[in-house]
Amino acid sequence: MSSPEQWTHPQPGDSSAATAAKPTPEQVIAGLRATSEGGADLVQLLTPEGERVDSPEFDRYVTDIDGARLRSLFRDMTLVRRFDREANALQRQGQLGIWVPLLGQEAAQIGAGRALRPMDMAFPSYREHGVAWCRNVSPQDLLGIFRCSDHSGWDPVAARFHPYTIVIGNQVLNAAGYAMGQRFDGHVGDDDGEATICFFGDGATSQGDVHEGFVWAAVYDAPLVFFCQNNQWAISEPTERQSRLPLYQRAQGYGFPGIRVDGNDVLACLAVTRWALDECRTGNGPMLIEAFTYRMDAHTTTDDPTRYRLSDELEAWKLKDPIERVRAYLSRNGLADNDFFEEIAAEADNFAAEIRDFCVNMPDPPPDRIFSEVYAEPSPVLEAQRAEYLSYLDGFVGAGER
Amino acid sequence: MTATTDTREITYAEAVREALGQAMESDDRVFLFGEDVGTYGGAFGVTGDLVHRFGEDRVRDTPISELGIVGAAVGAALAGMRPIVEIQFSDFTAQAMDQIVNQAAKIHFMLGGAAEVPMVLRAPGGSGTGAAAQHSQSLEAWFAHIPGLKVVMPATVADAKGLLLAAIDDPNPVVVLEHKLLYKQSGPAPQEATRTPLGKAAVRRTGTDLTIVATGVMVSRALEAAEQLAAEGITATVVDPRTLKPLDEQTIVDTVTATGRALLVQEAPRSGGFMSEVSAMLCDSPAFGYLRAPVRRLCGLDVPIPYAPQLERAAVPQVPDIVAEATKLVREW
Ligand SMILES: Cc1ncc(C[n+]2csc(CCOP(=O)(O)OP(=O)(O)O)c2C)c(N)n1
Ligand SMILES: [Mg+2]
Repeated sequence: MSSPEQWTHPQPGDSSAATAAKPTPEQVIAGLRATSEGGADLVQLLTPEGERVDSPEFDRYVTDIDGARLRSLFRDMTLVRRFDREANALQRQGQLGIWVPLLGQEAAQIGAGRALRPMDMAFPSYREHGVAWCRNVSPQDLLGIFRCSDHSGWDPVAARFHPYTIVIGNQVLNAAGYAMGQRFDGHVGDDDGEATICFFGDGATSQGDVHEGFVWAAVYDAPLVFFCQNNQWAISEPTERQSRLPLYQRAQGYGFPGIRVDGNDVLACLAVTRWALDECRTGNGPMLIEAFTYRMDAHTTTDDPTRYRLSDELEAWKLKDPIERVRAYLSRNGLADNDFFEEIAAEADNFAAEIRDFCVNMPDPPPDRIFSEVYAEPSPVLEAQRAEYLSYLDGFVGAGER
Repeated sequence: MTATTDTREITYAEAVREALGQAMESDDRVFLFGEDVGTYGGAFGVTGDLVHRFGEDRVRDTPISELGIVGAAVGAALAGMRPIVEIQFSDFTAQAMDQIVNQAAKIHFMLGGAAEVPMVLRAPGGSGTGAAAQHSQSLEAWFAHIPGLKVVMPATVADAKGLLLAAIDDPNPVVVLEHKLLYKQSGPAPQEATRTPLGKAAVRRTGTDLTIVATGVMVSRALEAAEQLAAEGITATVVDPRTLKPLDEQTIVDTVTATGRALLVQEAPRSGGFMSEVSAMLCDSPAFGYLRAPVRRLCGLDVPIPYAPQLERAAVPQVPDIVAEATKLVREW
């Protein structure tokens, strides 16, 4: 098995035919994917088959996860997936402008989201519907954005969940700043401390913003957990287009720990994120987590993944489904019976119906909303434009056109 | 190049792709890179099958890093190549601005002419596709403000091809701002690699009552408006500058001198916009003495592009807005 350690450069003066200095493309891909065979690097507590693996390091972070709590995680993931599928269908039916599916990433998001404490802060990119769920940001609020009816529909301070960020990598800098503030304000240092978590993708790791966020967080010892969901793709580009090294190993160069977790294992994601957040809140931040997962659907509803990836890959990942392994574990250990699963399925159906109903009945924004919120205070130029625009619209009413 | 051109209808996106392909066929130094431009064929399908025709060495997918993309292009251009980069949305030139403004635009000057930066940056701009505030901007004024850059905004299928070919030939960095709404529009374009010279405006229609100067997607809206105005007895000249920098001031001045009225239409917000520059230029020019009316700008509202489709439409000039403004200008003055 190739590993970056084997790519050492020859000593100065040695032959310049430094064949070992550069990994072959196959070695890069093998390194990036090492964990798909369950490499030593990967933290996993629940196998794809639903078997519990002991972890001397991480078991202690999930001792409270009994049958009831695991059922609750199962419910979270199931409802979030149902929401995701419903929203995807709503987009197909012309009810949403676009949808960004999270299918396949439920464990990473619910695991990380449920690891957060109320006062922790979270910075999402645009796919973190599962984290939003854990932060009590309602799916309805998310739909407002994707239906084009609303901008960010929640109060980021109250929800402790930053608005979605679509420009790749930007939120990492904002998160670094926020976490620095937590430290400067004295909210870090003991078990009651605060921490911040920032979500971004494998593609985002190529942006300068992410590098700068790493540097700032490290220099100021910020209580920031960088949570990279490596879903193997940045639209059509595979991870080897972004990195030679497994992403979690980048942390070392910045001087903080990096760890790779099975992103399809909700228990492992919960444990590892709790650990990382605890390290941060007690003053040992920042930390990098690479959640190794898979984007099972398109990048967005405007994308067609068959243009760039083989269906075999998807089929292989279906065997590692984040929800199915929990179902298997619950059933096998007698922690849930058929009634439970039927109950959750029924709840998911009702939930989907509610969402659909809410979505199609969402009011259109008022026309002059366009002029509100550009500045914090009214602007004379915009007020003039608003008045002009409203009188223009009135003209149509007069003409019977509206 | 032969004198007879074989013209047929293709889409704007196809015209861009054809220009890229012809440039790569005729010059080994030309190559492309950007995000998702390879197998995927570009976020808007512009690069299409080029990777299959020219291979991955000449059509490269890059890391998700716009600053890196433009920086690499500057380096390649300095080294004698003819790089063409695609920035997936023109909004993300913001990430690359240091390389565009402080490097690409200034190197030739700062090295006393010792090195040239013959690169092309292509980026789709504009609203109308429901892509919201960070994926819909019209940022041409940013680039037009920077000495050392050339800026073009192809408004027709033929120009999408011809201006790009001219940009690739040009020894300077050229920013080509394509429009997302135009990609699927069809129109005539020559089969040959015919250049549309930079710095030369096109008079798209002639009339006597006013001159409409429009850029980007506003050109076709202005032409549609002119059609409707003609039915009302108002005839308009429509000028498409095509190149914003260097601007063909003469054509604008001449046509405004002839009609005595100028309506300047852009999608970008009014404040600090490119049409403000055109307006000032007209007022500084001999055309001023022939004006029968104030120079009017019809622009996008001074707001970010909203996501809601009805608000998005309201935020930028539409055909009826142009008709109404033109009518007012002619009837009131
Ligand atoms: C600065 C910037 N460049 C390009 C884009 C276009 N874009 C949107 S998503 C994306 C890929 C991101 O991949 P990744 O970070 O892996 O996140 P994922 O979508 O897989 O969750 C790109 C290139 C963008 N939104 N912002
Ligand atoms: Mg990704």
